Amino acid sequence: MDAIINITINGLATGMLIFLLAAGLTLIFGLMDVLNFAHGALFLWGAYAGIWVFTQTDSYLLGVFAAVIIGILLGYLLERYIILPVYGNHIRQIMITLGAMLVLGELVKVVWGPNVMIANTPAILSGSWEFSGILIIKYRLFVIFVGLLVFLGLLFLLNRTKLGLVVRAGVMDKEMVQALGINIRKVFLGVFILGAAMAGLAGILLGPYTGVVYAEMGLEFGLLAFIVVIIGGMGSVVGSAVAALLVGILGSFASYYLPDISLAVNMLLMLIVLIFKPSGLMGTKEAVK
Amino acid sequence: MSLLKVHNIDTNIDQYHILQGVSFEANQGEVTVLLGRNGAGKTTTLRSIMGLNPVRSGTISFKNKEIQTMATHNIANEGIGYVPEDQRIFSGLTVEENLKVAMKKKDEQTQKRFEYVLVLFPDLKKLLYKKGGYLSGGQKQMLSIARAYVNNCELLLIDEPSKGLAPIIVEKVMESILDMKDKTTVVLVEQNFIMASSIGDKFYILDDGKTVRNGKMRELKEDEALRRQYLGIA
Repeated sequence: MDAIINITINGLATGMLIFLLAAGLTLIFGLMDVLNFAHGALFLWGAYAGIWVFTQTDSYLLGVFAAVIIGILLGYLLERYIILPVYGNHIRQIMITLGAMLVLGELVKVVWGPNVMIANTPAILSGSWEFSGILIIKYRLFVIFVGLLVFLGLLFLLNRTKLGLVVRAGVMDKEMVQALGINIRKVFLGVFILGAAMAGLAGILLGPYTGVVYAEMGLEFGLLAFIVVIIGGMGSVVGSAVAALLVGILGSFASYYLPDISLAVNMLLMLIVLIFKPSGLMGTKEAVK
Repeated sequence: MSLLKVHNIDTNIDQYHILQGVSFEANQGEVTVLLGRNGAGKTTTLRSIMGLNPVRSGTISFKNKEIQTMATHNIANEGIGYVPEDQRIFSGLTVEENLKVAMKKKDEQTQKRFEYVLVLFPDLKKLLYKKGGYLSGGQKQMLSIARAYVNNCELLLIDEPSKGLAPIIVEKVMESILDMKDKTTVVLVEQNFIMASSIGDKFYILDDGKTVRNGKMRELKEDEALRRQYLGIA
């Protein structure tokens, strides 16, 4: 029983990390119709910059701040100089963002070296609690808590603010939003930066969770985030949250009980969802169009 | 006084040369109707005014200011509301949210406009918290008109509001446009000649992307030969 609880907590924490990455991606996908394969690079740079600052200053909070700032900065540069010229052309978007992903991945090695970077858990969050013989690692609960907080914040932003209303309308019909006098390009940039900040945050959260950060994790987690966006439905934050938790929990159970096929489980889940609901669990037909 | 002046505009969509010299004027407080057969370029004309299909040449002046090179959102902010052919309401948003997306200010005037459209379309008031996707065709049309109007517009471009609607709903929509005529200038694209002739003050006929005839609506009502030649109706 304690194994099941532990695996579930692991799965929830992994799911929340993937959600932080996927939430930005789903909004970028849904609102801007942009296939951003470089999203994982923002996560990667957030992880390296955050952990580096944390190691140098011994302040995890400063590390989080650095991760978010680097995400915002890179997100801004990526949107303005890489993605802006290829709006409306998916093939070019895939090529150029994949290229940016590879370049940014290699640049991490140039700046911080080719070896993995050790990421310690901040003292206040290290250790575990024991309930009836079940060990619950504090940091994992912290990751779940942060993920939940970001999820609620996003829901508030999308459902209770004018900006959120414009974003939701933009996901449905960009052209009509412009015809109502709203500068959709500014909204695009804002959403892109928000997504980049969340990716940076996910990066630093992952470090102490796995104990190391490495250059290939950008592509690895970026791909997972894409699977989550497709399963959840493009443009749907709630869909992404549900899909991320599903992917996280299923992945954890599969790694424990069926390690040989654990990688295939997510693909299988995506396949099943696409067969029965091509628009994703909570996607709309409009978003698919 | 001329509020909108479209002069000899040419517009391409991909490789197709759709508009090849469309010109017309819309005077303040009037309903100007663009008529013509399918494919004559009526919808493209409205989209070109909004900057959604940018013009290749020619000029579009609104309140004596050239707007043909401006971005769509800036054109809308000059005071032009657009009601597209297929309504294009945000189906995942409620009726209230659809209206609020368009309301950029929170001032008294905007609030008055919001209240006015709910009086004009009582159906919308009843359905305020219902998602747009669940509305009937007529209700969607009303919402689309209300959404364009609520955004402080001085000119309303309405594209085929009667399309696909039952006659009784067409009548309601027609009445609402007549009611709005006191408050805003209207450019109407309409295939339904009965509706067009009932509310229009003047007409322009488009054929093959060009303006071919224009005049007072009552002249067209009396000229059967002209109607037969360009509109295919008696």
